[in-house]
Amino acid sequence: MTWLLEAVALLLLLTLALGLIRIWRGPTIADRMLAAQLFGTTGVGLLLVLAELQQMPALRDVALVLALLAVMAVLAFVARVWRREPEDGTEEDPPT
Amino acid sequence: MILIDLLQALLLLAGVGFFFVGTLGILRFPDVYTRIHALTKADNLGLGLIVFGLLLGADSIPVALKLLLVWGLALLASATAGYLVARAARRRGLRPWKARNWGNG
Repeated sequence: MTWLLEAVALLLLLTLALGLIRIWRGPTIADRMLAAQLFGTTGVGLLLVLAELQQMPALRDVALVLALLAVMAVLAFVARVWRREPEDGTEEDPPT
Repeated sequence: MILIDLLQALLLLAGVGFFFVGTLGILRFPDVYTRIHALTKADNLGLGLIVFGLLLGADSIPVALKLLLVWGLALLASATAGYLVARAARRRGLRPWKARNWGNG
């Protein structure tokens, strides 16, 4: 079964890399944030698979913390960053 | 045992499939609202199937419970995040995508 877990981990890594394209292209920061949330979840799955594959139970705790941090990032984004109204009605990244 | 292995392989591959489709949706869907749809589906089902696949190979009850806990947290997280992002997008006046806009976005 090891080869299967390895294949699953590799495929998850590939989907992570694909998700980078959305973070790169935007267009709104919300799209980037959603892609980052997908990053978090895919990373959690990847960590769970790796915990089984490498017999490292601690990675499950890492996965738990990562899941928590991913949602905290989105909450902070919605509550703090994305509240301001766009000045001219266009959806652009704010000039931080 | 071979049957359990087969089921585990099936669940894991289905989970990866959902993650792949979700990532594809994030890439291909036209606006924030539809991308939220793709994201939450990948979150809930992809991670859920992978967790259930790993549950079949779990060593002990605590390990299995921790796997389920991770999935439960991801369920809550994606539901909350999806709702909040959609509400924020609506408050900012983002229009949901309509078919006649095809090609502009």
